[in-house]
Amino acid sequence: MTDLTRSTADELAQSLAAKEVSSVEVTQALVDRIGAVDGAIHAFLHVDADGALATAADIDDRRARGEQLSYLAGVPIAVKDVLATRGMPTTCGSKILDGWIPPYDATVTAKLKAAGLPILGKTNMDEFAMGSSTEHSAYGPTHNPWDTTRIPGGSGGGSAAAVAAFEAPLAIGTDTGGSIRQPGALTGTVGVKPTYGGVSRYGLVAMASSLDQAGPVTRTVLDAALLHELIAGHDPRDSTSIPDAVPAVVAAARRADVKGLRIGIVKELGGEGFQPGVQARFTEAVDLLTAAGAEVVEVSIPSTKYALGAYYLVMPSEASSNLAKFDAMRYGVRVPPAGVDDPSAEQVMATSRDAGFGDEVKRRIILGTYALSSGYYDAYYGSAQKVRTVLARDFDAAFADVDLLVSPTSPTTAYPLGEKLDDPLAMYLGDVATIPANLVGIPGLSLPVGLADEDGLPVGLQFLAPQKADDRLYNAAAALERLLEEKWGGTLLSRAPELEVVR
Amino acid sequence: MSEPATGISRADVVHLAGLARIDLSDAELDHLAAELPAILEHVASVQEAAGDDVPAMSHPVPVDNVFREDVVTPSLAPEDALAAAPASDQQRFLVPKILGES
Repeated sequence: MTDLTRSTADELAQSLAAKEVSSVEVTQALVDRIGAVDGAIHAFLHVDADGALATAADIDDRRARGEQLSYLAGVPIAVKDVLATRGMPTTCGSKILDGWIPPYDATVTAKLKAAGLPILGKTNMDEFAMGSSTEHSAYGPTHNPWDTTRIPGGSGGGSAAAVAAFEAPLAIGTDTGGSIRQPGALTGTVGVKPTYGGVSRYGLVAMASSLDQAGPVTRTVLDAALLHELIAGHDPRDSTSIPDAVPAVVAAARRADVKGLRIGIVKELGGEGFQPGVQARFTEAVDLLTAAGAEVVEVSIPSTKYALGAYYLVMPSEASSNLAKFDAMRYGVRVPPAGVDDPSAEQVMATSRDAGFGDEVKRRIILGTYALSSGYYDAYYGSAQKVRTVLARDFDAAFADVDLLVSPTSPTTAYPLGEKLDDPLAMYLGDVATIPANLVGIPGLSLPVGLADEDGLPVGLQFLAPQKADDRLYNAAAALERLLEEKWGGTLLSRAPELEVVR
Repeated sequence: MSEPATGISRADVVHLAGLARIDLSDAELDHLAAELPAILEHVASVQEAAGDDVPAMSHPVPVDNVFREDVVTPSLAPEDALAAAPASDQQRFLVPKILGES
């Protein structure tokens, strides 16, 4: 009998449509898997077994009555805890939202519900998506399924680990500086940041509004395309939402042909500072693309050297402004100052924010407050916004010459928990390859391309495409995925160590 | 403005924490005052990236103002909007006094 937890979303969708399996059976298998392994992984902050099974039963019922259903109807999904889910806790990994039950659904959540995907629960994340390791969650870190003493990446470590540990075939992530792609690379899964504005941000609790973007977290490129197509599209509730038609990502993933494509290796995103095993797997993957008929050239994006600096000014500036809404008045925890009779609203706000926010959130709010303050605004925030213009011009010039760009997704494989927790700058440097895409709004996809020789841990390759050309990512990544799996004789995740199962 | 990157002191952090309405402890203030100069030194490189002729980009995908018809659409019921409030009274958010003692 097939282990339903190992099936891809596409396989499950086909089996469900053929009535070979019920959504209740699939959902129950995944709920059981979560019960068996999530004690060691901690991918979930909240599991809604009853709600997921009720949705599954409803879909089975509607299918039995011959109703026309969405392709992914009945395929369970996990949702990062930064997206509002009506009636289900949404904490953003923060104590300040402990116990908050949103009174509305994010547009992404509403689309999943309308399409009949059972929502298994909410996944762990760095507090307000601030971090690259999931260690900044107020509810404890997520562990990498490949080695539970190591980080799964972040901020969306929970979504990536849930998919890698076969606790869900699909998950939703969000990516502000790499929070979908870097955990994908570190857990051997597929993660896609769509073009900025491709997926609605309505109900996505904002960190940096001009950078945030939700996207798919899956085990295969085709599954990511199927989920992308479902969640993308114009939303009148998000004024930055792109009104154009969604790129034909599923058709592109099925095409999977790189013959005649021009692909540029970004010279600045590799070499020094990149782990040898990461560089080796990246180079081999590029060779496969060449052998399959792609024309690979080296291109330069000189301003990438300013991207990290610009990101760590724009992001905290926008975050400090967005997080001002956590004022302990309308929702969230209220912690009055000790020993003060009849405190003022301002005093209550300050003590509540001190008690409710963790170290990394405080660090970024203070940094952003500084960058936006009078006398420093032009030198910091203003200069950072100019870097975005320069970077966009560099990418435009590169894409005039090539169809796609490639780089390693992350300079390193997954590092041990705690290793960079006290060195924020070292952790920030891990985002060097993923950040440029957010600053200029282009789409990016991370695909697992093998294991590093020195530690046996997954390595990711990142594809980048011009704005609104998300389909190019899926075409090339699906082609490379097929070439790699032919070489390996199976999926990369089939080589992950078996997790100890608790009964 | 001269050398803003090196100009952050513990007193500055105290001031910023006040602006950000976070009641940081002495230990937190010490920690941030030690950490922020290194981070600022790193990000200050952006100042050399572009000249005055380069326009600022606030938003990666150009969009125009977005309008809709001025018609009433469904919104949250008062009880839903108030459900997560730390305190409420008579369909209103109940907040501490706005003005402190002076």
